[in-house]
Amino acid sequence: MSESKRIALMVTCLVDQVMPEVGVAAVRLLQRAGYTVDFPTEQTCCGQPFFNSGFRDQAVKLARRAVEIFEPYDAVVLPSGSCTTMIRAEYPHVLEAWPEWYERARQLAAKTYELSEFLVHWARWQPPHVANAPTLTYHDSCHMNRLLHLKQEPRTLLTAAGCTIVEMNESDRCCGFGGVFSIRLPEVSNAMTAEKVRRAAATEAGLLVSSDPGCLMQMRGMIKNTPLRAEHLATVLEELTR
Amino acid sequence: MTEVTFKQFRSAAAGAIADPRLQSAIDGATLKFRTERHHALTELPDVDAMRDQLKAIRAATLSRLADHLETFERQATATGAKVHWARDAAEANQIAIDIARQHGVELIVKTKSMATEETHLNHALIDAGITPVETDLGEWIIQLAGEPPSHIVGPALHKTRQQVAELFSKEVGRELDPDDIPGLTAEARRLLREKFLAAGLGITGANLAVAETGSIVLVTNEGNGRLVTSAPPVQIALVGIEKIAPTWDDAAVWLQLLARSSTGQPLSIYTTAITGPAKADDPDGPREVHIILMDNGRSNQIGTGYEEVLECIRCGACLNACPVYQEVGGHSYGNPYSGPIGAVLVPLLFGLKEYEALPHASSLCTACLDACPVRINLPRMLLDLRRDEVQGRMLSPVERFIEQAAAYVLGHYRLYRLLTGTARIFQRPLVRGRFLRVPRRVNPAGERDLPSLAKRSFHDLWDEIR
Repeated sequence: MSESKRIALMVTCLVDQVMPEVGVAAVRLLQRAGYTVDFPTEQTCCGQPFFNSGFRDQAVKLARRAVEIFEPYDAVVLPSGSCTTMIRAEYPHVLEAWPEWYERARQLAAKTYELSEFLVHWARWQPPHVANAPTLTYHDSCHMNRLLHLKQEPRTLLTAAGCTIVEMNESDRCCGFGGVFSIRLPEVSNAMTAEKVRRAAATEAGLLVSSDPGCLMQMRGMIKNTPLRAEHLATVLEELTR
Repeated sequence: MTEVTFKQFRSAAAGAIADPRLQSAIDGATLKFRTERHHALTELPDVDAMRDQLKAIRAATLSRLADHLETFERQATATGAKVHWARDAAEANQIAIDIARQHGVELIVKTKSMATEETHLNHALIDAGITPVETDLGEWIIQLAGEPPSHIVGPALHKTRQQVAELFSKEVGRELDPDDIPGLTAEARRLLREKFLAAGLGITGANLAVAETGSIVLVTNEGNGRLVTSAPPVQIALVGIEKIAPTWDDAAVWLQLLARSSTGQPLSIYTTAITGPAKADDPDGPREVHIILMDNGRSNQIGTGYEEVLECIRCGACLNACPVYQEVGGHSYGNPYSGPIGAVLVPLLFGLKEYEALPHASSLCTACLDACPVRINLPRMLLDLRRDEVQGRMLSPVERFIEQAAAYVLGHYRLYRLLTGTARIFQRPLVRGRFLRVPRRVNPAGERDLPSLAKRSFHDLWDEIR
C-alpha cells in the first residue's frame, strides 16, 4: 500500500531559498497521489555546484551527508531533474573510492525519483482533466532529458490535466544556466538564454514550463521583455488539480 | 605559448555574440549540419550498434596503439613510403621543411588538415621561404583572410558569402558577384588549378591511417585531395598517432559514421586511399610519399582518465550540437580545435594552466555526448579537468575561499538556516518582486536579473503545510 511507504521530499536548495512554492506544490501533488510526505529538515544541498566546479572533496562531504539523511526512506522525490541526476548518476561515481559509501550511494540512487517520474511510474497517478487548462510550451532540461531520459513524463501529466503543449523549436536546447557557468561566463550564458527564450516566445504559448528550478531561475532572469511566464511543472499541475 | 584566460575568452565571446553576421553564419551552418546528420544517422538500420562498434574499435586500438603504429610503419615502408616520427609540432614542421628543401620546392599545395593547423605548419613554411597554398575551398578562404579555422570540418563556416566574395575579389583584382556562387567557385577552381600544376610538393593530413596495408585515407568533397596527392611529384601526410585503424574492416565502420556525423553524407564525395608512391608503370602519382606520425602530447593521455579523448575522429558533430560553440564561434577557443572537443583536447595537449577558460566553456548540457559517434564522454572529462584545476591550486584564492565556505555552510544545517535567514533581512532594500535590483555594473550575471530569496524558505513553511 502506498500509505505504508515512507516518502521523503528532497526540496533542493534553490527551491528552499528562491521558490519554496514549488516545494509546497510538490508536497500537495504527492499527497493527492495518496502519499504521506516527510521532509527531513537537516537537508540542505545535493552538492552538485561543488561537483561541477571541480571541488570534489566538498561534493563528497555533501553527498555523504545526503546519503545519511535520505537512506532510511523507501523513496526520495525531488522537484528537480538536475539534482535527481546528481544523486542517481553522480553520487555512486563521486563515492566510488569508498566501497561502503559507494554501495549506500547506489542504494539511494535506486530509490530516488524526479517528481514527474515518480508520479507517472511509481504512483501511477493521473491528474483529473481540467477544462480551460492553459496552452504552454515545455523546456526539456538537459540532465533530466539526456541523462535520465525523462522527456515524456512531464508531458504525460500536463496533457492528462488538459493542457495543450505547443512544442518550441529544439525544446531540448540548453537554457544557458549550467550553475556556476552562468556567473563565470555571463555573456555566453545570457546569449544562450536569450536564444532559448526567443524560441519559447515564438510558440506564442505564453506559459513556459520546466521541471528544473535552475532553468526556471535562469529563464525568469531574461524574460522581462517578453509575454512569457516561466513556471515549474509542480506549480502548474498543483493549481490545475486543486 | 598561446593562452586563453577567462578574460580573453569572455572578451572574444562577447565580440562574437555582438556580431550579427557571424551569428547568422554559425546558426545557419550548424543547424544544417545538425539536421543532415540526424537524417543520415536515422537512415542506418541500427546506428546505436554501429556507434558501439566504432567505440569498441577505437578503445581497443588505443589500448594497443604502439603495436598498431609499428604495424603501420612496417606496412607503409613495404609499399615504398618513408615513415617519420615526430615528437612534437616543431619536429613535424622541421621534417616537412627538410623534405621540401631537399627537393628545392618553392610552392606547396595542401589539403585541409587539422594536424597541420595544430602545428601551424603554414607559418613555419613561410618562415622557411616556402609558399603553402590551401586548396580546400574553406581553408583557402581563411588563408586569404589570414585567419585560423573556426570549425573542425567547416573552417570558414563563420564567413558569409559576401565576405567570401570580398576576399576573392581582392585576390583576382576585380569585383565578383557575391550572389553568383558557381561563379565564385569557378574563379577558385581556375586559380587553384594553376597551383596544383606548379607545386613541387603536396601536403595532406589523414582522416585515418590503415595499419594492415600502410594506407592513408582522405575524405574530401571537392576533389582537391586527389589532385594534391597525384599532381605534385612528392607527397607528405601529417598524421596524429591516434588516427590508426588496424584493419580495413575497422576503417569501414569508421568511414560509415564519419561523413554521416559531420556533414550528413552517407560517404563524402571522394574517399581516397594512398598506399605508397606510384609504381613504375603507374601513369601518374607521387614518386615519393612521406608519412609523418606525430605525437605532440597525445601519448601523455594513454593510460590516464583522459585516454578516451584520443578516440575522436574529428567529425565536428559536437561543435554543431554545442549551444556554447554556437554563440561564441570557433575563434574564441584560441586554437584550431574548438567546441567541446577543443575544450577538452586543447588543455590536455597544450596545458591546462595556459587554457584555463576552456574547461569552463560548457554548461555541461551533454548535447556533445549525445552527438559523438564514438560516445566520448566529454562532459565527464570537462568535470575532471575542473577537478584538476582545483587540485592543482590554479583557481584564485578568493574563489577557492568562496567555494569552501559555501560548502561548509551547506554541510551545517543550522548555520545554513541562520545565514540564509540573515541574507533575507539584508536583501530587503534590493528586492523588487522575484528579483534583486542590482546595478548592472556590479551584477555578476550581467544583463540577467538575479532572483531574490523568497520571503520565507521551504524550511520555514514546512511546519504549516505538512
